[in-house]
Amino acid sequence: MIENVTSEAEEPAKVIPNKQHFKSRKRQQKINRAISYLLLIGVSIVLLAPLFWMVFTSLKPMEEIVRFPPSFFPETLQWSNYAETIEAFPFFKYAGNTLLITFFVVLGNVVSNSFIAYGFAKISFPGKNLLFSLVLATMMIPGFVTMIPQYILFTRVGWVGTYLPLIVPSFFGSAFNIFLMRQFYLSINDELIEAAQIDGANHLFIWSRLMVPLTKPALITIGITSFNGAWNDFLGPLLYIHDEEMYTLQIGLQSFQNQSTTQWNYLMAGATLVMIPTVLLFFFAQKYFIQGMDLTGGTKG
Amino acid sequence: MAVATIKQKKKMSKKQKKDALWGLFFVSPFIIGFVIFMLGPMLFSFYGSFTNYNLTSKMDFIGFNNFRRMFNQDELFWKSLYNTGYYVLFNVPLTAIGSVLLAVLLNQQVRGMSVFRTIFYLPAILSGVAVYVLWMQMLSPTSGLVNTILAWIGVQGPAWLFDPQWTKPALILMKLWSVGGAMLLYLATLQNVPTQLYESAEIDGASAFKRFRHITLPLITPIIFYDVVTSTIGAFQIFQEAYVMTESGTNGPANSLLFYNLHMWNKAFVAFDMGYAMAMSMVLFVIVLSLTFVNLKLAPRWVHYGGGRSE
Repeated sequence: MIENVTSEAEEPAKVIPNKQHFKSRKRQQKINRAISYLLLIGVSIVLLAPLFWMVFTSLKPMEEIVRFPPSFFPETLQWSNYAETIEAFPFFKYAGNTLLITFFVVLGNVVSNSFIAYGFAKISFPGKNLLFSLVLATMMIPGFVTMIPQYILFTRVGWVGTYLPLIVPSFFGSAFNIFLMRQFYLSINDELIEAAQIDGANHLFIWSRLMVPLTKPALITIGITSFNGAWNDFLGPLLYIHDEEMYTLQIGLQSFQNQSTTQWNYLMAGATLVMIPTVLLFFFAQKYFIQGMDLTGGTKG
Repeated sequence: MAVATIKQKKKMSKKQKKDALWGLFFVSPFIIGFVIFMLGPMLFSFYGSFTNYNLTSKMDFIGFNNFRRMFNQDELFWKSLYNTGYYVLFNVPLTAIGSVLLAVLLNQQVRGMSVFRTIFYLPAILSGVAVYVLWMQMLSPTSGLVNTILAWIGVQGPAWLFDPQWTKPALILMKLWSVGGAMLLYLATLQNVPTQLYESAEIDGASAFKRFRHITLPLITPIIFYDVVTSTIGAFQIFQEAYVMTESGTNGPANSLLFYNLHMWNKAFVAFDMGYAMAMSMVLFVIVLSLTFVNLKLAPRWVHYGGGRSE
């Protein structure tokens, strides 16, 4: 401390303004940084609060929830809420149903979008650009516009009450994923394909043996986003599944909510259980979630 | 020489023919899916909207009756349109502002940013019934967290989902929680802005607000445009939230959560008034198309496409 003071005192006069400027700027930066952290932490607390509140409420006994004012942290941990929810829900049965649907939806999305996008990215054929504009245009069509006639179609072919209406459409590609995959393919050099063609390989071989391994990151991205979509799909099952035995987690949770209107501890336990897979997937594969959002796709590598 | 080039040309066109077949083969799933699940259904809807189709027995051509009924007799149609318009009008700008602010906050050179980014993004990947049930509890008038916190600062919170005046604000508030998706788009753009731009502006004495207004904002207008177009289409289709949070589509208190798609749903799958519902879907299509068109028309007035970015 003393040394510091003396060294400052010994400083030549002409340097002082410069140093003061530097010091004040540094102090300003420190203040800015403190404000940044304060805001970042504040926003984080606001965004995380609902999730903590959900978990805490799921562990409280009902008396503690309805007490006014409610406590934030649970005073007594009632773990039995979870056991009772799992049984009443019934959680594992619906989780199994959901997983079955999700598996096929992910498979359909990964295979079809990879396949279709290869055609758009690597093969030239007349009308390609027009057709690709059509792909992009379908993104602008509201789902509700096609929902009713699709339902009528599935009624006619007798698929209502089965998982087929939820699964089959995913095998025909979706605009956003075709776009994403195409971007990724465009970053792969054409010479590779030309070389393989000279060796006598056809496009089917090139796609399945060369392109699929090369585009793995994009395939994982599509797999993960479509897992998330299928796992959280509510509208599809609500429309097509009416047998309670076949319920998915989403409609299961909704009917559970209808039954136990304000039994918040059970409802929050149910909500937590349904969210866990998504949250885990997010923490382990955040990179792919972010890539799934990125419009420029794989162009940045 | 001449013969050789002609031969070459012929060979090329043969290859082109082969390629065309391969190309069509690869994109055929899209074409088939488009015809079966989009074009076909939309044409059917178009025809169906002029009929009294009820899924089981009748499908008579009734001209513009469905549309006349919709515009002249169905008060709930106008109510649903008002509710949806209200929601879109607040949801779209608020989420855009929210996501820009969060992106600006994340675009700083401080340590631990990836942790904050994860936290900011997390709510956006959560969706579905679990989120709605969670927010029903958050917004519960007596035991919910929102009103508990309001009570701490001495404010008596509203009854949210039970008060017709507050049901839509409740949903808008809930939706603000998950702005992280659009935030990532903005963040990706912000991170491409050269830092020298900010540094030189700072040296020139531009305040943080001025730097945002004159450097950041113009650079992200293309993303704001994309965000506004897609989220207008998305917001216009609000359904699940209202369906779950009004306990199986009972429209909320005083029909305050009867959104357009919920009304269409009730007509189609509760009343089985399919012809009418298909007429509603055609009107929805026209509305969404016109909103997109208006957005595209307005874009040149405020969207800056910088010269530096080639893409």
